[in-house]
Amino acid sequence: MSDDRTPLRLFWAEFRENKIGLVALVVVVVTILLALFASIISPQDPYDLAKLSLMDSRRPPGFIGSSGYTHLLGTDPQGRDLLSAIFYGLRISIQIGLAAGFVSLTIGTALGITAAYVGGRIEALIMRLIDLQLSFPAILLALVIVALLGQGKVQLISALVAAQYAYFARTAYGAAKAERGKDYIEAALATPLSGRLVVMRHLLPNCMPPLIVVATVQIANSISLEATLSFLGLGLPVTEPSLGMLIANGFPYMMSGRYWISVYPGISLIILIVAINVVGDQVRDQFNPRLRK
Amino acid sequence: MQAILVMAVMSVIVFCGVYAIGNPIDIVIPPEATQEIRLEAIRRLGLDRPLYEQYFIFISNLLQGDLGRSFVYNLPVLELIGGRLPATLELVLISVISATVLGVSLGIYAGYRPDSWLAKTIMAVSVLGFSVPSFWVGLILILVFAVNFGWLPAGGRGQTVEILGIAWSFPTINGLSHIALPAINLALFKLALMIRLARAGTREIMLTDTIKFARAVGLSESTILRRHLLKLISIPIITVFGLELGSTLAFAVVTETIFSWPGVGKLIIDSIGVLDRPVMVAYLILVAFLFVTINFVIDLVFALIDPRVRNGASA
Amino acid sequence: MTEPVLSVKNLTTHFFTRAGVVKAVDGVSFDLAKGEIMGLVGESGSGKTVTGFSMLGLVDAPGRIVKGSVRLNGTELTTLSDNELRSRRGREISMIFQDPISTLNPMLTIGQQMKLAIDAHESVSVRASATRAADLLTKVGISSAKARLRAYPHEFSGGMRQRVAIAIALLHRPAVIVADEPTTALDVSIQAQILFQMRDLARETGTAMIWISHDLAVVSSLASRLAVMYAGRIVEEGRTATLLRDPRHPYTAGLIASLPAAGKPGTPLNQIPGTTPSLLSLPPGCPFAPRCGRFTLRCEAEPKMTLQDSRGWRCFHPVGRLADAPV
Repeated sequence: MSDDRTPLRLFWAEFRENKIGLVALVVVVVTILLALFASIISPQDPYDLAKLSLMDSRRPPGFIGSSGYTHLLGTDPQGRDLLSAIFYGLRISIQIGLAAGFVSLTIGTALGITAAYVGGRIEALIMRLIDLQLSFPAILLALVIVALLGQGKVQLISALVAAQYAYFARTAYGAAKAERGKDYIEAALATPLSGRLVVMRHLLPNCMPPLIVVATVQIANSISLEATLSFLGLGLPVTEPSLGMLIANGFPYMMSGRYWISVYPGISLIILIVAINVVGDQVRDQFNPRLRK
Repeated sequence: MQAILVMAVMSVIVFCGVYAIGNPIDIVIPPEATQEIRLEAIRRLGLDRPLYEQYFIFISNLLQGDLGRSFVYNLPVLELIGGRLPATLELVLISVISATVLGVSLGIYAGYRPDSWLAKTIMAVSVLGFSVPSFWVGLILILVFAVNFGWLPAGGRGQTVEILGIAWSFPTINGLSHIALPAINLALFKLALMIRLARAGTREIMLTDTIKFARAVGLSESTILRRHLLKLISIPIITVFGLELGSTLAFAVVTETIFSWPGVGKLIIDSIGVLDRPVMVAYLILVAFLFVTINFVIDLVFALIDPRVRNGASA
Repeated sequence: MTEPVLSVKNLTTHFFTRAGVVKAVDGVSFDLAKGEIMGLVGESGSGKTVTGFSMLGLVDAPGRIVKGSVRLNGTELTTLSDNELRSRRGREISMIFQDPISTLNPMLTIGQQMKLAIDAHESVSVRASATRAADLLTKVGISSAKARLRAYPHEFSGGMRQRVAIAIALLHRPAVIVADEPTTALDVSIQAQILFQMRDLARETGTAMIWISHDLAVVSSLASRLAVMYAGRIVEEGRTATLLRDPRHPYTAGLIASLPAAGKPGTPLNQIPGTTPSLLSLPPGCPFAPRCGRFTLRCEAEPKMTLQDSRGWRCFHPVGRLADAPV
């Protein structure tokens, strides 16, 4: 049954069969596009404080603002068009989620593979640290770091990374340890190739599948965590509203019936997170050999 | 013991982090204060001593039960935290216990009859419990139950009753209605987790030889579920229960903020906002301590339940 | 001839998997007389374990009994309701498994597990059930039985655990016990002990036994009759002594020849060439054909069971005295 389709093609072919996963993937892609082109498609630039008018604030969806266009989703307490704010907010969420995910992936994988490869006391030390870190709830860690470092994108990403790299480390460690014992690694090590080369070209690629699964989940988690921090007022500064902050802004108005200020940003956040999770689930199922047939 | 080492390390990290960064004096002293007043305040609060000296003073005070005074409230931190701890504990305990009981029951059902529509619904809903950030759920809960239907209050703690000298709110109906929404909010994630765990565990255990043998000897399904499955599934459930207990304590921070629940979580958020360092430090130490304790207790529970652990190595 | 205590006719169990239908048991028939010990022999994948499960109605999804009959003490088992079947399991027919460490619940004492087994069918006081359990434990060779009731499975060695399992299976004096490779996971020295103990017990209680194994040597010392399974079918059956001395089916002959005792010291052991077929895609005709040295075009048809003097074989070219005679 020889196929000259690459593993990637086979993966994609199987992925396509699952309708729900496909829909989720489409949602994710659309959201990313919306975020990327936020500045182009937004009717209003929510960062440009000069253009905002408090007269427009807290208006319901469909209101025609002072700048002349219809606020499809209403406005927030600062007078920002909610639709635009949501687009920009999505952009921030995705940016931060991806950045945090990527950095955590790199650091965590490096640590995990090093621990598995080098062995001995370094391995024990690193894994002890990782275990300790894993038992500590992510949100507290992030809270503390943000509290200490202050607000801002870099600080936020650092906090998220610190909270999450341990998951990557543990997964990478497990995978590397399993692969390390396998024959092909032993064979490669017996050649004159440098150890580092063996790791990069042989060990690493085979550890990728579980790491990819963890990455998708963690990206969703990063987005969720960032939103939570922003909601609590510990995220980005007020001038760059992320979805969490938009929701927080609208919170006091919920009682008086002006629900849209919180609800719409919330819905977009949820859609994004759930879509990523579903895609991640599908990827995980496909990589799991035990579930196959 | 390892636990003490962990605590020690944590206390150093926390202390250094919190006290070393930034200038705490600025909250307490108005910026217009003269230099003299500033110096006086610094000396009184002990901030002019070198860092390691501050740390030693801190530790010695800690061991005597004195966690310093809050910069903002000007009350002993211990009193401050102690006053609010019961509220948090009450919330966390109610959430965690109901989440586990309900979650395990639903999960076992889903694992036992995986093809029933109820099982499929349970699993689908549990995915939501995972993905959706808890603050959003809290918001929706308020929107639906408090604003829309007006059945339950949107915040605050209700009437309290004194038991053993501490105020608890669950014995009263009013108190219960106030604790309902935040407890549901907090419990959701753990509920989803328990459902999935119980389901996976049930499916796995039901396929083992132990169950097959029990069937081969003629045990009824209900006996098998009660006497075999429950016992076997308790180990992974308890493990995760312990792990998640800490996590729930952490998430209480968010829930307390949304529902204005007067617990320790809200305190820490407020403290971070105003950089009330003694409170922050004390809170983190407290959390670390709780973690270590929880782990310890869980280990004890294992020894009680699993005869293999109790008696050591087998013959 | 008295009515057999267990009568299996044309038992067929299929597994309906995504990859296709696995015909694990394909038309198995045999009779078991009261107190008789029968050996069910075959390589892994031959369907012998599934046959055992099928008789007790313990086949897991996606498998199920498709057709055939299993009559125990005159009652047809395949048509019983779940509850009726359950009330017979343990009481009239029982089963023990290969690995005793996974058979017993590590978190309950063996006394508790035995009590559960007793209570499943009878209402007995705590005292009485403890006495009964202890008696049975003593019978299977466990000393200080009464004290041992409070012990947990991990405190026993492998052989002892299996004895406990046997004791549990005997609690209600069933008419039939199905033993699925009960000694395979044990030390060789313990194997012999358990083997003979079970034979004596069976004799004493009048329990019939079906001993499932891949090890011909083990089974032949115990069973008075043998049935050899291959690819879900019984390919030969008959009295043990006769079968071993004078096999008819080439597979049986191959099994006997591959026993270490049969080979000459210093020479490589005899092996049957090839491997067991996948039960997903069996070729039509005799399933053993690809590995058989006596294969002819005739074997592309499905061989039927040839019966002669309480023995039978399923082959167009049987081995032995009838070697060259056409069938």
